[in-house]
Amino acid sequence: MSEITPEVVRHLAQLARIGIADDEVQRLTGELSQIVDAVATVRQVATEDVPATSHPIALGTVTRPDVVGTPLTPDEALAGAPERDGDFFKVTSILGEEQ
Amino acid sequence: MSDLTRLPASELAALLDGGEVSSVEITRAHLDRIAAVDGDVHAFLHVNEKAIETAEAVDAARAAGTASGLAGVPVAIKDVLCTLDMPSTSGSKILEGWVPPYDATVVARMRRAGLVPLGKTNMDEFAMGSSTEHSAYGNTHNPWDLTRIPGGSGGGSAAALAAFEAPLALGSDTGGSIRQPASVTGTVGMKPTYGGVSRYGAIALASSLDQVGPVTRTVLDAGLLHDVIGGHDPHDSTSIPDAWPSFADAARAGRREGSVKGLRVGVVSELAGGEGFQPGVVERFQESLALLEEAGAEIVEVSAPSFQYAIAAYYLILPAEASSNLAKFDSVRFGLRVTPDGQPTVEDVMSATREAGFGDEVKRRIILGTYALSAGYYDAYYGSAQKVRTLIQRDFAAAFEKADVLATPSAPTTAFPLGSKVDDPLAMYLNDLTTIPANLAGVPGISLPSGLASEDGLPVGIQFMAPAREDARLYTVGAALEQLLESRWGGPLLAQAPSL
Repeated sequence: MSEITPEVVRHLAQLARIGIADDEVQRLTGELSQIVDAVATVRQVATEDVPATSHPIALGTVTRPDVVGTPLTPDEALAGAPERDGDFFKVTSILGEEQ
Repeated sequence: MSDLTRLPASELAALLDGGEVSSVEITRAHLDRIAAVDGDVHAFLHVNEKAIETAEAVDAARAAGTASGLAGVPVAIKDVLCTLDMPSTSGSKILEGWVPPYDATVVARMRRAGLVPLGKTNMDEFAMGSSTEHSAYGNTHNPWDLTRIPGGSGGGSAAALAAFEAPLALGSDTGGSIRQPASVTGTVGMKPTYGGVSRYGAIALASSLDQVGPVTRTVLDAGLLHDVIGGHDPHDSTSIPDAWPSFADAARAGRREGSVKGLRVGVVSELAGGEGFQPGVVERFQESLALLEEAGAEIVEVSAPSFQYAIAAYYLILPAEASSNLAKFDSVRFGLRVTPDGQPTVEDVMSATREAGFGDEVKRRIILGTYALSAGYYDAYYGSAQKVRTLIQRDFAAAFEKADVLATPSAPTTAFPLGSKVDDPLAMYLNDLTTIPANLAGVPGISLPSGLASEDGLPVGIQFMAPAREDARLYTVGAALEQLLESRWGGPLLAQAPSL
C-alpha cells in the first residue's frame, strides 16, 4: 500500500519547488497513490541477485581535450534571461529577511 | 503542382536532382498546404517565415553543384529540439517564446545537408504524454479523424506528415513518442539505437531513455533522414562512436526480391494480443506476419516475461530522471519568471514560476520522481526499477538468440477520441505497453503502417525491434513489408485517408 498522504505531497512539492494549491494537493494525493501502487510491482521481481542497470548502452567515460573555447558569448548566454545585470543573471534575494 | 505535397522525400529529391522542380516550389506548396489545413489539424506551433529564403539559397547551391541528396526538401521539427532562429518551447508555457542560443546537432546537420525547416511541431509538454493533449498550446487533431488523438508526444510531427503538410519530420522517443504517433496516423517512425543519433540540443526528458529519430511517410525516407542526422557527436557523451552503414541502402535492399528469405521474425508472445489489445490491431498484425512468412521469413515465437513490468519500471525511471532534468527551469537563466507580491525570496519566485509554468502532467511526474528518489524510498522504487531494466535487457538478449528481429503491434489500439484518457493518467500510461521495452533496453524500434482496423477504419502500426546497433535490419524488413502491403493496397495507406 502506498504511503502517499497530503502531507507527503506538500513536502514533495516543496522539495521540487512547485507551488501547489490545496485542491491540487487533494487531487495529487489520490492520483499519486494509484500510480505508486501500480509501479510498486517492480518490487516483486527486483531480487537481491539482480544487478541494476542505469544506462542502456554502456560506454566508457568520455572526455574531451581541456582547451579554452567560446561556445557562447555572454550576450548569447544571457539572451533568454528574465533579468540581467551586466554580464550576470539577476535574481531576487537569495536569503530571507531573517538571515 | 499541388501534387508536390503528396510525394515522398525520395521522389522530391529525384525531381530536384533532375532540375524538374525547385526547392522554392516544393517549399511553397507545403507552406500553402499548412495555410489551408493547419487550422483544423494544428500540427505546427510555429511556421518558419524564412523557409522560402532558405529554399532559394538551396536552389542556388544546387545550380552551383554544391548541394545534392535531400537538399531542398522541407522538414518539420518537433518543438523539443533547439533551433537558433525559431522559438523552442517543448510544448510548455515555461519556455513560451524562448529562442535558444544554439541549434541541436540534428538540426545543424539537417541545415548543412540543405533541408529546409518548415517550422516547429506540437507535442505533449516536455514530451510527457501519448496524445499531445498535454501540450500547453492546444490539441493536435488526427488527420484521419479530427476528433481523435494524433498520438504523443510527437503528435504534431506525425499529423504534419499524415496531413501532407511536410514530407519529413524529426521526433524524439522516450517511451514511444515517435512510434506510437506513427502508428495511429498511418506514418513511419523510427527510434534509433540509444546513442545512434545525438541528443545534444534535445530538451531532455529522461536522459537514459530519450532518443531523436526520423518521422516520415516511407521507410526509405526514414533511412535517408537517419543518414543525415545520425552518427557520432562529440557534444553528446552517450553518442556511440562507431561507424554506421547507410540506412537508405538498407531500405533499398529491403525492396529487392527475396530480402526477407530466411529472416527469423520473433513474435513476442506477451505483446502479440490479449488484454488491452483491440481485435482489429491484432488482425492486421497477424496479416503482416503471414505476408512476411509467404515472402520467406521464418516466424518464431519468443517470450519476454519481464516485459510485464516494463511500464512500472518506466514510470519510476522516467519521473526520476525528469524531476532532475526539469530542475533547470528555475526562472533564473531562461524562460518564465513569476514574482509573487511582497518580498519574495528566490525560492518563492521559483515555486511560483514552476506552479504557473508547468502543466498538470509535468507537475505529477516531477513530484512522483521526487518521491522515487527521496531518502528511504530510493532502493524500493528507483533501485528496483533499475533491476527490472536488467531483466528486460536479459529477455531481449534471449529473444535475439532465437530471432533476428522482434515484431509486435506498435500500439495496443488505434487512435482514441480526444479527451477520453486525459483525466486518467494510468490509462494513458498503458498505451505505451508495446513501445517502452525498447527504450529501457536501448534497442532500435520502427513503426510502419500495417493497414486499417476493421472496427473503426483507423490506421494500425506494426513495430519491429532489433538488437542494439542493428538499426539497418529494421530498414530492410520494414521496407520489405511496406512493399508487400502496398502492392496489396494498390498504393500507400495514406492514399485512403479522408481529404481535409
